[in-house]
Amino acid sequence: MSVEHEQSGRTIRCLVAKVGLDGHDRGAHVIARALRDAGFEVIYSGLHRSPDEVVQAAVQEDVDVVGISILSGAHNTLVPKILDGLKEYDAFDDRLVLVGGIVPEDDKEELRAQGVDEIFGPGASMEEMITYIREHAPER
Amino acid sequence: MSDLVEDLLAGKHSALARVITKIENRSPGYRDVVSDLHQHTGDADIVGVTGSPGAGKSTLVDKVAAAYRKEGLTVGVIAIDPSSPYSGGAVLGDRIRMASNAGDMDVFFRSMSARGSLGGLSTATTDAVTALDAFGKDKIIVETVGAGQNEVDIVRTADTVAVLVPPGSGDDVQMLKAGILEIGDVFVVNKADLDGADRTVQQLREMLQNRGGQGRGGHHGPDQHAETHAGPDEVGPDDETATESWSPPIVETVANRAEGVDEFITALADHGDFLDRTGRRDEQERARFAAEIRTLLREDANGLVTRELDRKGGIDQAISDVVARETDPYTVVDDVLAPLRECLDRDA
Repeated sequence: MSVEHEQSGRTIRCLVAKVGLDGHDRGAHVIARALRDAGFEVIYSGLHRSPDEVVQAAVQEDVDVVGISILSGAHNTLVPKILDGLKEYDAFDDRLVLVGGIVPEDDKEELRAQGVDEIFGPGASMEEMITYIREHAPER
Repeated sequence: MSDLVEDLLAGKHSALARVITKIENRSPGYRDVVSDLHQHTGDADIVGVTGSPGAGKSTLVDKVAAAYRKEGLTVGVIAIDPSSPYSGGAVLGDRIRMASNAGDMDVFFRSMSARGSLGGLSTATTDAVTALDAFGKDKIIVETVGAGQNEVDIVRTADTVAVLVPPGSGDDVQMLKAGILEIGDVFVVNKADLDGADRTVQQLREMLQNRGGQGRGGHHGPDQHAETHAGPDEVGPDDETATESWSPPIVETVANRAEGVDEFITALADHGDFLDRTGRRDEQERARFAAEIRTLLREDANGLVTRELDRKGGIDQAISDVVARETDPYTVVDDVLAPLRECLDRDA
């Protein structure tokens, strides 16, 4: 795909965010690179972000996709804070919110009920994720 | 006026973010938005920060933004990163270094990708600056890719250009090369705690002394000066300062420890005062709009011409005819432009 072609269309922007005390970012790096190679623009947050900082980045960068990578098990506390922050800035409705990491089944349902669009566990393939984003990135 | 523009002027961050997205994507209607915003601009100070990759631009910008916030000023930052020539994708990583301002919405930090081609970057950057200015930001910092032509383009957007030079960044021949020395209003030797920093400062100083005499110190080159027809007599309100020139200071910083940041900010402010005192700010503004009008004219005219070319069978057909020696490039261009010429002659 040529750059010119890409430019005439819309470029999908994704935030890859590491939130909380979780210090493992190898997976986030791999995902950032795969999304870049898929032609997306990726904003990587760096480690140890607070929910406020993730919201700030998601709003200012006007991303289509907020991807939260979390392996520490703190998703039940941190993810809802991000969702609330996005709503506060009118930045929730037209954004995909994805969670990647180890999330127990019961928690998955709860997170979905709160507004998370999809959750990708350890077995998820990169293709799956990219296809999902292409198909579900909100029209603006 | 659209809702989006109203929301932006009312201070909604999500509207500002969406306007910049529209500008980047050149979505339908973005021109009207930028037009509507224009009358609300003109109050922000615009600083360009450039220098080679790894010079520490983002770290310094972070600390500068934090210092401005302490003074109660609001800040907008546009950081430009390269995009992949293959996929068009990009990892925009400068945000990571904005730690001092994390969670502070009054520092509006936006990453922009160079998105490859067509020279659209400078137009998009200029328009994004317009959006931040209209939003009411006091200071706007544009941080460039760190390689290539964008460094020179940045002078078209900024009032003051800071060039970062890391220690040991090459011998004096590197510094002799055109471009980087000519566009700087303030030079920063960042990572001044490293070995070789003194030598770099020394080399820079010598190069800058030799630079004297070319132009009157403004970073807008002779070609742009010519566009503003500002003669020596109309430079400033005060004749005694009319011939005053600017000698770029060299500031040493260690950005990751926030050392030298105050000195850097003072240097930026001094340059701002110089622009006001000598009337050169107005001159620069005129040059900037001249460049912008010319760029837009070129782009739009190009669009019209492409349409006419398509009507005549398209570029591929034209190429085939030229390859077959049935016609030649000059004749093709003459044919395409003929109707345009006729229209202009008729109205003349």
